[in-house]
Amino acid sequence: MEKETVIKVEHLAKSFGSFQAVKDVSFTVSRGDVFGFLGPNGAGKSTTIRCLLSLIKPNAGNIELFGKSYTNSRSEILSKIGSIIEKPDFYKYLSAQKNLEIFARISGASVSKSQIGEMLEFVGLAGRGGDKIGGFSHGMKQRLGIAQTLLHQPDLIILDEPTTGLDPQGIVEIRNLILRLKNEQNKTILLSSHQLSEIELIANRMVIINKGKSIVEGEVQDLLNAQELVVHLEVDVVEKAKQVISTHFSNAQFVGETATELEVAIEKSQVPNLNKALIENGVQVFALEPKRKLEDFFMKIVQS
Amino acid sequence: MLLKNTYNEFVKILAKPRSYLGIGALTLLIGVILFAMKADGGSFISFVTASFEQTLSFNGNILNGNLIGFIILQMLIIHIPLLVALVTGDLISGEAAMGTVRMLASKPISRTNIVLSKFIAGAVYTLVLTLWLGFLALIVAKWIFGTGDLIVLNSDGLVILQEQDIMWRYGLAFMVAFLSLLTISTLSICLSAFADNSIGPIVSTMAIIILFTIIGSLDVSVFDTIKPYLFTTHMASWRSFFEDPIPTSKIIQSVVILLVHNVILVVVAIVKFNKKDITS
Repeated sequence: MEKETVIKVEHLAKSFGSFQAVKDVSFTVSRGDVFGFLGPNGAGKSTTIRCLLSLIKPNAGNIELFGKSYTNSRSEILSKIGSIIEKPDFYKYLSAQKNLEIFARISGASVSKSQIGEMLEFVGLAGRGGDKIGGFSHGMKQRLGIAQTLLHQPDLIILDEPTTGLDPQGIVEIRNLILRLKNEQNKTILLSSHQLSEIELIANRMVIINKGKSIVEGEVQDLLNAQELVVHLEVDVVEKAKQVISTHFSNAQFVGETATELEVAIEKSQVPNLNKALIENGVQVFALEPKRKLEDFFMKIVQS
Repeated sequence: MLLKNTYNEFVKILAKPRSYLGIGALTLLIGVILFAMKADGGSFISFVTASFEQTLSFNGNILNGNLIGFIILQMLIIHIPLLVALVTGDLISGEAAMGTVRMLASKPISRTNIVLSKFIAGAVYTLVLTLWLGFLALIVAKWIFGTGDLIVLNSDGLVILQEQDIMWRYGLAFMVAFLSLLTISTLSICLSAFADNSIGPIVSTMAIIILFTIIGSLDVSVFDTIKPYLFTTHMASWRSFFEDPIPTSKIIQSVVILLVHNVILVVVAIVKFNKKDITS
């Protein structure tokens, strides 16, 4: 059975004066997807997300959410969405509880104080509801931002760079929260991030955009498997290693080298044989590791 | 949704420290005036009545609560706009400056309702400020200085109003004064829809008031055609209730012009906020 389309963006374009932030972005997100939205700085990710949330009016193109457009169904659409755009900003002079009450009141759903308490507990802020936001760390604000997105039990969660500015521990905390949303609540999530490893770990589908245009869209695993694996080798004699590899693996390609290091593009199934061949031919292998696939893929797409 | 967000706006206004600045400043200013009048009010009255003493004899409690209330209202109606704009000028642009406008505008509430809820909250804040002014200027002044007939010095001479003929005039005068201040509130909310920082709309509101007041006071024929339509021309209309006879048509004209200003400014704010790309 075909999954319901939650987000459908077609040929979206948006200019600010003479600057064209988004030129031609198209993608589709289905129900239950954790959809990675990738692109370098200035690619047009935030502008696209703001268009998705009706914060910015596009100049051209079409946006449909839950099969409806903002022209006729703005309130209905927004009542089904929870979002964090860039960083969650709250009323600093109010407590976390009061902030959530304010956003709950206009969320289109009935949210009780006990539900707000449960949500604070879910994001690890139990007991901090009475504290003013002014004293919160960036990580705590991000967690509160996620609580705010979930208050009204939305069908779709849009997270724009949710880990920006967080320390490594904060990044792990937010990542785990997103994984819990995916695994425990089966939410449809659109995740924009610079953390490529995050997308690789969490997302099942993704689109890469660059210079305002969508470049590639598809299943994360399909896109990654379509690529050759790049193996990073640390050996005693690089020239000897290259000779062995050239002799035994005709399809292998050398993509980089230093005095003691070598990078080889090779099929994943041949990696054990590569190691074996090197050792059997007297090459000392100090390290053999696959490079992060998505990073390579991303760089390749963006640079091309 | 409009009522829910209006309630939200009240919560925010009540929690903001700057909201109490207006109340505090008003209390302090009126406190200083009351103290000064209590300490040396006689000299102040003698200065005013001196030119009439050859033809008139003043008996009784001239320096009473009714007169003090009138003096305070006349002195502060020029300064209160700043206290109003301090809070209302921040209502929309403050959300942009804090970044909360992103969250607000991505909720299932229309942008029109966001502006209207802020207008209602601003109006209630202005009303509270006006009532507080009335309480301090009239009730507290009467408690300290007692009551009596009101002597008002107008451009065409002295008007003496009997004690029992005063309170209803004050009631209506405060209503018109509220409408004047509401126009300031609406103007600053309208300017707030154009800005992404808190200070701009407050400074702009005061600049417009100063500019229009100067245009209104300049005796230059080129401005004669626009003067009747400037809201600042009608901000002192509350004073007309202390004339005898009361110039009803003049007051009605002022009320209509102020109301039209309010409607136009709210509509402009709604249109601007609806068209605005939220990029902050």
